[in-house]
Amino acid sequence: MLMDLLSFNLPLVALIPFFGAPLAAWAANINRVASAWAAGLVTLLSLIMLMPAMSIPFAGETLIQSWSWLPALGLDFAFRLDGLALLFSFLILLIGLLVILYARYYLSPGDSMGRFFAYLLMFMGSMLGIVLSENLIQLVVFWELTSLTSFLLISYWQHQQDARDGARMALAITGAGGLAMLAGVLIIGHIVGSYNLTEVLAAGDLIRQHDLYLTALVLILLGVFTKSAQFPFHFWLPHAMAAPTPVSAYLHSATMVKAGIFMLARLFPALSGTEAWGWLVGGAGMITMVLGAYTALFKHDLKGLLAYSTISHLGLITLLFGFGTQLAAVAAIFHIINHATFKASLFMVAGIIDHECGSRDMRKVNGMLKYMPHTAVLAMIAASAMAGVPLLNGFLSKEMFFQQAVTASGGNILTWAIPVLVTLGAIFSVAYSLRFIHDVFFNGEPVGLTKTPHEPPRFMKIPVDILVLLCLGVGMAPMILVAPILTVAVSASLQEAAPAYSLAIWHGINLPLIMSFIAMGIGAVVYFNRHKLFRWHDENLPRIDARTLFNMCLHGLLVATGKISRLFDRGSLQNATSWVLLSAVVAVVAGYLQFNSPLLGDRNLMAVDVLTLALAAFVILASVLCAVLHHQRLVSLIIVGVVGLIVSLGFVKFSAPDLALTQLSVEVVTIVLLLLALFFLPQHTPQERNASRMTRDVVLSVSAGVSVMLLAMAVMSRDYAPISDFFIENSKPGGGGTNVVNVILVDFRGFDTLGEIVVLALAGLGIFAMLKQLRLPAPLRDIQGREWSHDPHPPIMQTLTRLLFPLMLMVAVFIFLRGHNLPGGGFIAGLIAAVALISQYLANGIDWTNQRIRADMHVVTALGLSAAVVTGVVAMLLSHPFLTSTFTYLKWPLVGKFEIASAMAFDLGVFLVVVGATVLILVELGKLSHASHEMQQQERY
Amino acid sequence: MEWLVAIVIGVMTASGVYLVLRARTFPLVLGLTLLSYAVNVFLFSMGRLQVGQAAIISPEASGYTDPLPQALVLTAIVIAFGMTAFLIVLALKARSELGNDHVDGMSYVAEEQAPKSKADQT
Repeated sequence: MLMDLLSFNLPLVALIPFFGAPLAAWAANINRVASAWAAGLVTLLSLIMLMPAMSIPFAGETLIQSWSWLPALGLDFAFRLDGLALLFSFLILLIGLLVILYARYYLSPGDSMGRFFAYLLMFMGSMLGIVLSENLIQLVVFWELTSLTSFLLISYWQHQQDARDGARMALAITGAGGLAMLAGVLIIGHIVGSYNLTEVLAAGDLIRQHDLYLTALVLILLGVFTKSAQFPFHFWLPHAMAAPTPVSAYLHSATMVKAGIFMLARLFPALSGTEAWGWLVGGAGMITMVLGAYTALFKHDLKGLLAYSTISHLGLITLLFGFGTQLAAVAAIFHIINHATFKASLFMVAGIIDHECGSRDMRKVNGMLKYMPHTAVLAMIAASAMAGVPLLNGFLSKEMFFQQAVTASGGNILTWAIPVLVTLGAIFSVAYSLRFIHDVFFNGEPVGLTKTPHEPPRFMKIPVDILVLLCLGVGMAPMILVAPILTVAVSASLQEAAPAYSLAIWHGINLPLIMSFIAMGIGAVVYFNRHKLFRWHDENLPRIDARTLFNMCLHGLLVATGKISRLFDRGSLQNATSWVLLSAVVAVVAGYLQFNSPLLGDRNLMAVDVLTLALAAFVILASVLCAVLHHQRLVSLIIVGVVGLIVSLGFVKFSAPDLALTQLSVEVVTIVLLLLALFFLPQHTPQERNASRMTRDVVLSVSAGVSVMLLAMAVMSRDYAPISDFFIENSKPGGGGTNVVNVILVDFRGFDTLGEIVVLALAGLGIFAMLKQLRLPAPLRDIQGREWSHDPHPPIMQTLTRLLFPLMLMVAVFIFLRGHNLPGGGFIAGLIAAVALISQYLANGIDWTNQRIRADMHVVTALGLSAAVVTGVVAMLLSHPFLTSTFTYLKWPLVGKFEIASAMAFDLGVFLVVVGATVLILVELGKLSHASHEMQQQERY
Repeated sequence: MEWLVAIVIGVMTASGVYLVLRARTFPLVLGLTLLSYAVNVFLFSMGRLQVGQAAIISPEASGYTDPLPQALVLTAIVIAFGMTAFLIVLALKARSELGNDHVDGMSYVAEEQAPKSKADQT
């Protein structure tokens, strides 16, 4: 059982949250807490699914589970579990659990729990999909799913303008970055010849030496930088703070923004090690780290401070990857863990303060120590970890970071800037961490709060307790708590054994330790002189409001694209259609000009016989008349019917009996339909005054007609080698039927037919929806001013149709049964049965017929679709491809040997859908006139 | 014979296109119906014209016409019906929502023939 699970559990880990999302939404109907429970249990289930595979990465192996999807395009449904994926899955699932617990207490009664947890689970699934993907294209799909689901989460409070704006900005930036990443991944696939990580990670040298390396690198980094909020794309993150705090705690500590960092770690062996990598990744990381740390100090909003601090820490991790050494990768991955723990807890503290004080403004929220001592202690520890205070986890990774910065400065002046800038960033980091502690929990009394703050509910603090304990534990006993997972994650990221590193708390007095103390000392000085600095900042630095800029760009883009589309589309359908037709004609003419051979081929043409000539002359005349007489609508409708009937005669003549039958029955239904509709439309089309438009249209239609005629002639006068010989040869032995057209429909190309009947069913449903609320007044008089008859159901017609009904149904059954071997089949039989039913409705009225035919046409359509799909699925269950058919012969008494094919079941589905959709459409239209007649009756009396 | 069929296709296309370019919904739907006939016959003719050679397997048959275009056209006919039905109901809906049957809705009606549209409705 365990071994079985190990062959398919990874996709389950990623997909269970998606399946759980509707469950959580539905559970909210029971009660609010049930929704949180459902979300928590789904997350646990996902975690349990991960459990059996857990030992594999620790043994130094990689678990890969893949299913071929479109092998020709290199698309596999493939999942991978190595140390890196395991580490991130843990972060996503465990912090996810804590966030769910926290959110259950955070959300107020007015917020929809179901919606929140459903979004959160979908986001969790997308993140798990990213970290567990083996196929890069699949990874990008999950990547974009995180953009979409984070949009839903950030805009959770939809009534707030800034939530909507922030969500839109995040979606635009990260979504666009995702597209760039897709392009980069495609280039990598082109270079390596595979989208699977196993091959890509082994092909680092090949990728780095390729001409397209730089393009691929830049495109992928665009995705990384937008997602991980690196300069200059960092501005979306602070605006995403409009989300509920549990969302921020989740998205901006362990998940969303870490996806970009994850990609750096994931593709490290494939892309790193070049100068371009160093400059691009290191440069962006350095700027982001310093800028983020500096800006964070000036944010008065608690969450704003944390947002910029997140940006700064992401910059730090990016910078570490930019150093490109193995030890730097160790430090980066270590800091990913540490940042996730202390930042998640700090966001939760910010949420608690917001929840209890009704404000997050640090100029108002002061002296909280005495109101919420427990929370205060937690916040102080977490913020100290963020500042890099010894004995906490942040200190360890920061020491490693300083060490790498010192190593990276090779000795010349330029590179000495690295440790200096790094220390500068650390100074501000200490200053804002100190502000988080001192400004909020000390610094006098609260200013102008609307409510008296107190400790939050016990369970709201538990997630913070756990995270803070982790900060402490990792800080004091790193070798026990974090070293095992860190080592396997690093070796998975590097694709080789992890380098020797030391997690000791004490390394003696060295340069990194001195840098730490400088940062703490100066950081404290900076903080306590902050008021001077705030003044200087406000007076001397220009304010750049990213949101205004972004909105201006967006508005400009909309205006520009609007102008472009208005060049072609001025809101007139006629103009638009004529443009489309004109370009089609131009395309055909251009095709002729390019075409070097003579227009006509040398196939022997058939001789014309008199009857065909006469019919053709008739249909030509009718078509022209239809266009000329179109102002008289009833007349032109009758002419269209004539054209359709002659077309079906043409099918008879040219060896297409199935088409003739179909055309004939569709013709009946179409004309009835159009007649029903015409009843409610004006009977006349007004004369047009615009002579130039008429001329244009005549020229356009004549040239379209001539083009199509020549095209048809060019084809018909040539011989060709069709692929149909296969169908003709295999129809009887393979499909068990002699009517090749029908066997193609239900067997060879059954999937196409399935698509077609789905379209038909959808058309029927769409019409039903449109007609549901429609009320149109029925005209009282016809076009010549005569009153419509009050007797809509003449007795002779009633009697006749009732007599005919069983006969027509029998014909339908007959046509259906013989369809596989002789002209007929589901489509035609369905249409005939529909005509039989409709004539009952027409002759006897809707009420009379509905009393006798109880079947709901929606159900009939649904049954038909199910029959068709089930036929296909049964083949799959017997491990054949979808819709594989089989047949056998039965001996029936009296009838004799009778062939029965599984395709018959499919054809039955077709039959039911055609009957259901057609009758639904016509009866709904009929009800329209029924309703308006009743309206008139009421008016009359 | 091929020329005859080609001319029929051409004329049906021309009439259909002319009607599709009209300003009212009903002629437009008729035009699309004509156009779909033309398209169906065009597609059908891609299998070349054969007389008396229906693709029904039998020992007596002298030969078979190409069944593939026929299968394509068969479903195309049914789908064309679905499309026509959807469009005409859309036209009804537009009539009820906008009070006229112009393809662009209200705006053009006023300038063209304000009194007539009232007469039509009664």
